[in-house]
Amino acid sequence: MAWVNAIIQGILTGGLYALFACGLSLMFGVMKVVNLAHGDLAVIGAYVALGVITVTHIPALWSFVIVVPIMAVLGYALQRTLIQAALDRGVLITLLVTFGLSVVIESGLLQFINADSHSLGVGESIITGSFSIGSQIQIPYLLLLIFAVAVVVLLGLQYFLSLSRYGRMIRAVADDQEAAQLSGIDYRHVFGIAAAIAFGTVALAGIAYGMYSQFSPTTGTDTILLFAFAAVVIGGLGSLWGTLLGGIVLGVAQQIGAQINQADQVLAGYIVFLLVLALRPQGLTARRAQS
Amino acid sequence: MSSPKGRGGDWTPPLPANPPQGRGTSDEGRSRLEGGPEARSQQSEPLLEVRDLTVHHGQLRALDRVSLRVFPGEVYAIIGANGAGKSTLLRTIAGLHRPTDGAILYDGKDMTKIRPERRATGGIVMVPEGRRLFGSLTVEENLKVGATYARKGPWTIERVYEIFAWMKDRRTQRTAQLSGGEQQAVAIGRALVANPRVLLLDELSLGLAPVIVQRIYAMLPQILSTGLTVLLVEQDVSQALRVASHIQCLLEGHTTLEGRPSEVTAEQVEAAYFGLPGGNGGAGSPPVSRGGLGGIVPPERTEALWHGSTPSSRAS
Repeated sequence: MAWVNAIIQGILTGGLYALFACGLSLMFGVMKVVNLAHGDLAVIGAYVALGVITVTHIPALWSFVIVVPIMAVLGYALQRTLIQAALDRGVLITLLVTFGLSVVIESGLLQFINADSHSLGVGESIITGSFSIGSQIQIPYLLLLIFAVAVVVLLGLQYFLSLSRYGRMIRAVADDQEAAQLSGIDYRHVFGIAAAIAFGTVALAGIAYGMYSQFSPTTGTDTILLFAFAAVVIGGLGSLWGTLLGGIVLGVAQQIGAQINQADQVLAGYIVFLLVLALRPQGLTARRAQS
Repeated sequence: MSSPKGRGGDWTPPLPANPPQGRGTSDEGRSRLEGGPEARSQQSEPLLEVRDLTVHHGQLRALDRVSLRVFPGEVYAIIGANGAGKSTLLRTIAGLHRPTDGAILYDGKDMTKIRPERRATGGIVMVPEGRRLFGSLTVEENLKVGATYARKGPWTIERVYEIFAWMKDRRTQRTAQLSGGEQQAVAIGRALVANPRVLLLDELSLGLAPVIVQRIYAMLPQILSTGLTVLLVEQDVSQALRVASHIQCLLEGHTTLEGRPSEVTAEQVEAAYFGLPGGNGGAGSPPVSRGGLGGIVPPERTEALWHGSTPSSRAS
């Protein structure tokens, strides 16, 4: 029963990892930007949520209503300025620029806030509670909620990309920027939209992590970015549902590792990550997101 | 453009023995076009004008002070061998290359610094070389993308389905699954639904079987009947002469011949195409002299073109 519990916990944690990963995957799929500042931006999202909660006293659960639009605007602005400027100079430059951004964010947070850990307190008892199946399986409502949010986000992205006008433009630009220009599409604007969406999911990831665990200025690179990368690679680069699958595989591997030895939790996840890289580098879902 | 890719069997056999005395479907297009000599008269303003356009690819001067005037309703064909600068000219007009010098005027307004997407929404729409469809999108989605910022006009997705009847049944297929000729049709459709005033066609025949090329060019009269102006680039000279109301030949980035197909002889076209010193340039263009190439292209380049000039079969 303990194993079943571990697997269920792992699957649910996979939802959180999918939230980490889908923005990373989207930005890579559309503009071929590997955003090394991804995790730090999620942490920024968490800090913004903390600020919003402190100032407005809205419940942590509803902070996303304010934080997601703020991060989306930030995403559009960053894409149209810094990231686009890097893209114009070559894809490799985007690695340097986003790495620099990551360092700046982390140092900035340490400098202007502090190195303390914070978390987004969830007041409502129903969210902090859990229900049990049988005697051994305990399912926290919060983890279930995060998983549900991840599925809703992925479904929403899927529908947006395949059915909406902007989604179609995003896919067209991802296929061929120049041909899109010849159809009258300003690809830089479309990139901005895609970045806004990616940053919106990053905000959700940051808030979810802040409620689930504790965050500090360094959480972005040492946890969120790495788990996001692992989920994307396991699931398959550029595949939307692959991030959920990748997240689940990562989560289950970690929980099984923890079951064997508490200290091996993170290690087990990375072993699976390495195995996938070695044996199936295209990821578990080789097809593209827009299928 | 930067490398002499035009050797061997890669390029088009130059000319039919007697050029354009049209046959079959092409007759339609020609007679309609010849109905308008007044189109190039003094009173009418050019819809698209290129003035002394110079374009560099790095060090290489791909175009050297090329000018042209395209009048409403014309089919203006740019011909020339591989590397002559035809595609560069078209891509610069579409906004994909920055000219070093010169100007592009559309409807009397200077477009030289306008971004490509603004030119497209303004009515200059290009069908790029090699189709360049959105491979992960379906046929219909490709057309919808083309129509996203469409001008008002006669072309709709339904209308495209009317002229390419097969397309409607296969509209949910991804374009990556289509044959070359079908992809070319979708690419044309994607441009048409934007309701261009000037349609730029870059090497429609590239990589297609001759019979498919014939079929695609046979659609041209139907397309023209909606009042568009066409500027096309074609390596297949006989095809270009058949459909064009005006031709201009480029060689190594220079204009070597310009005129109406009925005014130029096969010998003149051949001379302009290969840069023969003995050639007699038509319509006021001086014949090309080897010295006039500015040393951009190594001499063996022109030699190679010559030796490769046996009419070779086109890759299809």
